Amino acid sequence: MAGIDHAPPPFFKRGPAPLALLTFYVLISLAVFVVDLRFRGLDLLRQSIALLVDPVQRVAQTPGSLVDYAANYLQGMQLLQRENDELRHAKLTTAPNLLRLEQLEAENERLRKLLVVNERENAKGQVAQILYTARDPFSRKVIVDKGQQSGIVAGQPAIDEAGVVGQVTRVFPFSSEITLITDKDQAVPVQIVRTGQRSVVFGLGNGQLELRYMPANADVQVGDVLVTSGLDSVYLQGFPVARVVNVERDSAYSFARIFAAPIAGVENFGEVMILDPRQPLPPPPPAAQGRSSDGSDQAGLRPKKKRAAKGN
Amino acid sequence: MQPTFSSSRILLPVRPWFIYSSLIVALLLNFLPTSNWFGVPDWVALVLCFWSVREFRRVGMGWAFILGLLMDVADGAVLGQHCFAYVLLAYFSTSLSRRLLWFPLFQQALQVLPLLLMTQLIQLLMRLAVGADFPGWSFFVGPFIASLLWIPATFILLLPQYRPVEQNPDRPI
Repeated sequence: MAGIDHAPPPFFKRGPAPLALLTFYVLISLAVFVVDLRFRGLDLLRQSIALLVDPVQRVAQTPGSLVDYAANYLQGMQLLQRENDELRHAKLTTAPNLLRLEQLEAENERLRKLLVVNERENAKGQVAQILYTARDPFSRKVIVDKGQQSGIVAGQPAIDEAGVVGQVTRVFPFSSEITLITDKDQAVPVQIVRTGQRSVVFGLGNGQLELRYMPANADVQVGDVLVTSGLDSVYLQGFPVARVVNVERDSAYSFARIFAAPIAGVENFGEVMILDPRQPLPPPPPAAQGRSSDGSDQAGLRPKKKRAAKGN
Repeated sequence: MQPTFSSSRILLPVRPWFIYSSLIVALLLNFLPTSNWFGVPDWVALVLCFWSVREFRRVGMGWAFILGLLMDVADGAVLGQHCFAYVLLAYFSTSLSRRLLWFPLFQQALQVLPLLLMTQLIQLLMRLAVGADFPGWSFFVGPFIASLLWIPATFILLLPQYRPVEQNPDRPI
């Protein structure tokens, strides 16, 4: 009788049925997909896996970077000398402006103090080397060699010598991911230099940018330079972002289609400067007593606008 | 097991460490900076498909899930995108394995092509569903190249399992 309540010994160990396993793994992957995309709740998991993957990935990048390095090395003196000459020339041409910059900044600060206006923020940051582009064909991102160890936090803007490159979106222990301004999900609040008009420029995913929601009769011309407007508390004011390359006005639509090309070498490799996060904005002024009674709709609109600007 | 149905050679049993190291090499090949080259195959998908056809008791959906997670982090993609595609790839190639090995190599490659295309298509659909842009038709060139590579991959990955042709009668194995 002792043997009856025992199951017969398994002759072939097979584990769970394949269909059950499939259901299990599919459900887990879909759950992970949704949680990562919608709730951003898996950053810790991603960071810990990145800690494993990152060294391997850097090793895999070495052959390519060695070839680049050798090519650079072999290009020789002549190129270097020419580049040196060009740089010296460029330095000389910008010298009149640069030499007076310090004095102008001091003067600006003094005048601002006289006017009781807040001081301008200084742009400080740290230089980071672009390691490689992320392989994901659906987005435009690069990985740089500074991470949590260097005090990088998500949201910091990245620039190069010409203009805005992108924004740090994910931080790993020893590296971080910069989403380029040409990514489809990236938006930068800008201002047109010529007219002072504010807008938001969106990446298109194909290397270009689009200035959306501008009326069909908006004063935008080919060649206009867009600089950051500084309204988002992410980017400092005045960094060049893009130059308008094409304006399509169709009276059938209420908006003009305005395309722009990035000014910075967004698709280049090299070094970028990751700017420190901006100081938090001063608290909004308390609503005036008299206006709160008649302008209630305006008061309701204000926080909404601010949230929209921060979301970008 | 034989290399193909028509072969009279019988293979040696596979060594587990060879399977795992080949998967790691495939991962390394995927990490190479080839992302903007035209038609670079997904090496992990190819090797995973090969082993889940040949050795489905050792490499299956669990490995597919882990490799997918590593690929997702390395790509900077959404977590779960490669996992889902690789798990389905492992499942379907396991269920095809009995039939697939009855064909000569070129016809095997033809049967593997839809599996690899499905892997790419699933990833594309997952990303399009959450608002990404279509990355262009060159996204689908990789699987065609990968299925052509099925033939050399079979030779290379089975290499440690072949016995020598002339056998010493004193040492049968």
